[in-house]
Amino acid sequence: MLTEADLSAIWLTLRLAGVATLLLLLLGTLIAWWLARTRSPWKGPVGAMVALPIVLPPTVIGFYLLLLMGPNGPVGRLTQWAGIGLLPFTFWGLVVASVFYSLPFVVQPIQNAFEALGKRPLEVAATLRASPLDAFLTVAVPLARPGFLTAAILGFAHTVGEFGVVLMIGGNIPGKTRVVSVLIYDHVEALEYTRAHWLAGIMVAFSFLVLLALYTLSPAARTRR
Amino acid sequence: MIEARFRLDYPGFALDADLSLPSQGITALFGPSGSGKTTLLRAIAGLERVPGGYLRIDGEVWQDGRTFLPTHRRPLGYVFQEASLFPHLSVRGNLEYGQRRAQADGTGLPDQVLTLLGIGHLLARRPKGLSGGERQRVAIARALLTRPRLLLMDEPLAALDQARKAEILPYLEDLHRELRIPVLYVSHSPEEVARLADHLVVLEDGRVLGAGPLTETLARLDLPIRLGEDAGVVIEGRVALRDTEWHLVRVDFAGGGLWVRDTGHPIGDRVRVRILARDVSIAREPVHGTSILNALPVTVTASGPDAHPALRLVQLSAGGVPMLARLTARSAAALDLAPGHRVWAQIKAVALIG
Repeated sequence: MLTEADLSAIWLTLRLAGVATLLLLLLGTLIAWWLARTRSPWKGPVGAMVALPIVLPPTVIGFYLLLLMGPNGPVGRLTQWAGIGLLPFTFWGLVVASVFYSLPFVVQPIQNAFEALGKRPLEVAATLRASPLDAFLTVAVPLARPGFLTAAILGFAHTVGEFGVVLMIGGNIPGKTRVVSVLIYDHVEALEYTRAHWLAGIMVAFSFLVLLALYTLSPAARTRR
Repeated sequence: MIEARFRLDYPGFALDADLSLPSQGITALFGPSGSGKTTLLRAIAGLERVPGGYLRIDGEVWQDGRTFLPTHRRPLGYVFQEASLFPHLSVRGNLEYGQRRAQADGTGLPDQVLTLLGIGHLLARRPKGLSGGERQRVAIARALLTRPRLLLMDEPLAALDQARKAEILPYLEDLHRELRIPVLYVSHSPEEVARLADHLVVLEDGRVLGAGPLTETLARLDLPIRLGEDAGVVIEGRVALRDTEWHLVRVDFAGGGLWVRDTGHPIGDRVRVRILARDVSIAREPVHGTSILNALPVTVTASGPDAHPALRLVQLSAGGVPMLARLTARSAAALDLAPGHRVWAQIKAVALIG
């Protein structure tokens, strides 16, 4: 059965994924909107930057994030100067890492949904006296809802499933940074296969259910175009 | 008065328009596709930003060297070729979207607009469940409910099949009668122009070929503008008399009366008739013993060359209303048709439009 440590890790994982998903939706929407609408030459570089986590090994991302957020990194100096302290090996360090790591999975569905809208609905809104922000909130966002649903599910699931970045940035501190994937690793290392089974089984079931939801609940995301 | 000056120079497309348009009635922007009609309309709406453009509506500058009023600050209504209703809102939601933003006191949808476009029974429906014609009527109502000072319509019927067009045209004619604001109506359909337009702007390759009141512009000899297959004019008149025995009605206008087939218009109705140049012949004296029903006393105002050297176009005035007649050059010479001569126009065919 699940022990106290297991439950704590599950709770931490859900909390991390929840917070990260909220931040991802906010940040991802802004980036996706910009990428979908811009004609700037920076579109290519920014798009590639956002997509990097898809191809890079998590250890590489974790390594650079660690340097950036460490005591001598620019982000680390900034957080120390702001009185927040250092982010590595804290919950918020994990949040920042997760947001960067899961960003492409959130940006791309939203960007696709925005691009599929085309210019017309926003032009119509403008002729009906809606300011650009008004049109964005009352037309673009509601019409891109299937994209947001996909993005939220993928962002949440991807954060739950991360391992390498967590290990590099968060380490393995019970209750603070020891998420399910790391705890499974611990169990296996300690040859506690039964406990590993429980957690691993829950992860498989969870991931399957999430993907099932994605493929059945939002058929609109596929047929809308 | 609408004053618009726009100049664009893209590779493969140029627009060079300098227009003064009346601030009432329907002005048709007419021309083949690619002639710049839609670009001009979008520039007026502020959807296309034309650097160096100038636009003034009833004395209020919407665009000049310094000012560029963004689209959402321009009190205009825009009807797109595809209805473009918001799919996430009901018909009511669509109608209220613009109404709420345009006016502070926007409570309740005025029956007048709903009745005018026949959409009162559709309010709870989703755009997806509407026919193409219904959608376009909702889109027109949606634009009107913002209480625009200028209504822009970009080929509102082009995406519809013939039956749907026939369904909407009467609504547009009602609109024409009821509306007190100017309408710019982009079209490449001679039928729509003949039925709806008061003023005509003809565009070709981004340039304005001619602009002015419909009948006068159609009767110009220096730029034979054709609505469809042949030169001719459109005249507006009133149904004045009904001949029930022969199923005819008489349409009176400033130049006299024209007998046309009775299509059921009540006495007093304003209607339009179309007279093609090839259906008008000229006689010095009133002709008796002819099958031609309509003959009007007219004055020759001008004449000019036609498509073939054997033909001439003669411009006539019937009580101030211009008309065109196509004659052979030989007949024109034999009749000695100089400006000022009073002759009889024999009109073989008059088509009642709409």
